[in-house]
Amino acid sequence: MDLKKLELEEVEKGGNSSRPLEEKDQNSEEISGNNIEIEVKNLYKIFGQQPERVFPLLEKGLDKEEIFKQTGQTIGVNNASFAVKKGEIFVIMGLSGSGKSTLIRCVNRLYEPTSGEILIEGENVLDMNEQQLRECRRHKMSMVFQQFALLPHRSVISNVEFGLEVQGVKPEERRKKALEALKMVGLEEWAESSPDNLSGGMQQRVGLARALATDPEILLMDEAFSALDPLIRKEMQDELLELQSNMHKTILFITHDLDEALKIGDHIAVMKDGKIIQIGTPEDILTNPANDYVSEFVQDVDRSKVITARTVMRKPEVVVFSKDGPRVALRKMKELGISSVFIVGDNRELKGLVTVDDIISGDNINKKSLTGILRTDIPKASPDTPLKDLFPIASETKIPIAVVDDNGIFLGIVARVNILAAMSGEEV
Amino acid sequence: MVYDFINFRFPIGQGFEWLVNWLVDAIPWVFDGIRAILEFLIVNLESILLFFPEVVIIVLVALLAWRLSGRETAIFVFIGLILVDSMSLWPETMKTFALILASTITALVIGIPLGILSARNNKINAAIRPILDFMQTMPAFVYLIPAVIFFGMGRVPGAIATVIFSMPPAIRLTNLGIRQVPKDIVEAARAFGATPNQLLSKVQLPLALPTIMAGVNQCIMLALSMVVIASMIGAGGLGGEVLRGITRLEIGIGFEGGLAVVLLAMILDRITQALGQKGR
Repeated sequence: MDLKKLELEEVEKGGNSSRPLEEKDQNSEEISGNNIEIEVKNLYKIFGQQPERVFPLLEKGLDKEEIFKQTGQTIGVNNASFAVKKGEIFVIMGLSGSGKSTLIRCVNRLYEPTSGEILIEGENVLDMNEQQLRECRRHKMSMVFQQFALLPHRSVISNVEFGLEVQGVKPEERRKKALEALKMVGLEEWAESSPDNLSGGMQQRVGLARALATDPEILLMDEAFSALDPLIRKEMQDELLELQSNMHKTILFITHDLDEALKIGDHIAVMKDGKIIQIGTPEDILTNPANDYVSEFVQDVDRSKVITARTVMRKPEVVVFSKDGPRVALRKMKELGISSVFIVGDNRELKGLVTVDDIISGDNINKKSLTGILRTDIPKASPDTPLKDLFPIASETKIPIAVVDDNGIFLGIVARVNILAAMSGEEV
Repeated sequence: MVYDFINFRFPIGQGFEWLVNWLVDAIPWVFDGIRAILEFLIVNLESILLFFPEVVIIVLVALLAWRLSGRETAIFVFIGLILVDSMSLWPETMKTFALILASTITALVIGIPLGILSARNNKINAAIRPILDFMQTMPAFVYLIPAVIFFGMGRVPGAIATVIFSMPPAIRLTNLGIRQVPKDIVEAARAFGATPNQLLSKVQLPLALPTIMAGVNQCIMLALSMVVIASMIGAGGLGGEVLRGITRLEIGIGFEGGLAVVLLAMILDRITQALGQKGR
């Protein structure tokens, strides 16, 4: 837990970019520091004519409202720092007025930040001149808007072509690319329609296709699904996740909807009054809220969808190595007063489970090895299984669920009591 | 005491007189240039309109109305123009129409770019607004006199007065139309790397078109309302007829002239409105 907070501070200070946000996500190809796509350091955006008046007051620790009263300047973003890894979905979540939309508009400089740094692959966006900025917007990142922002006087395909058109791509080529993008969102049959004839969900697909057509590395999605009704929204989230599993874009996603954030975010930054108050994985946010604000925010969440076996599992009190034999197993069970024990191999790979009854029945106690006595058809789950999928397993068995990773290594156990504790929001 | 102080008078009227006289002496070539351009425009438009027989023009305009707006408007246009012709006011109507066209074209050529500028720049907008108020509310007779001093009698000062009076809505509505383009669409265009000119040509102007066309429509309507006033300095056309009716107390002639103005106004209004809706 402390480790998490340390990391957060590290990021807030704009610290060492080579430090990965989270150790357990670290895949083999991501060990170096080059996997950071977007890095924002100490970003401020102050609306008003005299932003310089605000900084001394901020240093004094005055809050947004107080500063507005004294200076008439509004703080949009207050010292935001975070890093987004290549290929991840980074969600910025906050209520309206928290500065999240301002923050995302600073990234492509639709709003001119007051101070700070925004590094895209190490290059500071704030140092770019107009020409460089335009090139960056044309090729590196594109944006999806809450109200779709389609051009009503153009057909669907011509809307999708827009980004390529401003780049000066030839008509036939841009039509081809635009059609490919439309196909990705499943709307190729609507190419010649007017956007007005499409439903909200379809219009946003067009918006998404328009953003994908230029094949950018970064997608900025500003409340992209917030204007859609709940069913369509869920559908779009699933579709985005599916698209993302193929295209591995770096996505900065803004939302006010916690469920959405938890569902699609690899990492989530929670914002309030222009400040980022916590950065972490969805589970971090749920299980270790940084302060009362966050915990209040997360209290109504459907935890069963977010919390995974990894979080609720505990170390088994004892395991027996398969080479130890039945007598050792029996003695260990006696010592702890339990009636069953998990058996692992030399590398802690799960072999199975033995019960007291199995050992004492027949001649089993005199056997040399546990093979043959073991039960192998025991309930198992992967560490990433969400709680909601553990319910049915737990309800059918009395013994704890074994958590094993992809290589069959035994990581821990989940008993019913652990699941219930996690659901009730208790510290797990 | 106080009265004495109030009695002091700013010499605004004298100043304006002085300015007018000075301008005539200092930059006569500017006025000559404007005069030549407008004269050229009006004369040619007039001769084109009068070159074709009435029937051809009537049918062409009716067909245009049909295409843009529909059958009912076309029928109305057809009957209206027949009526004008039957009052033997065809040449006057065409002269007035030429004057209106020339003034409107001039007003739009100046007004739309000014509208774009003021939409893009708040300072320019703030500077232009009082001038527009001035142009719209200053009684027309007041600038008819300097117009005559600068350009002499005839159609050109009439056109100038018409341009001054009819240009403000073109500027205002162009400005408004561009400012009303939804913020997120403008943001989207910028986010995809559009240059300011691309933003204008691909997003702002197309989306502002209906509003701009409303400005064009207003521009034409205001131009028509200047017809009679312009005839006082020799612009001729239908306004001349009305003026003749008034000065000689010939009620019939005056009414016919007035009716022709109204018909011309309605026809132009229906056609330009349809154009604006097409832009949607």
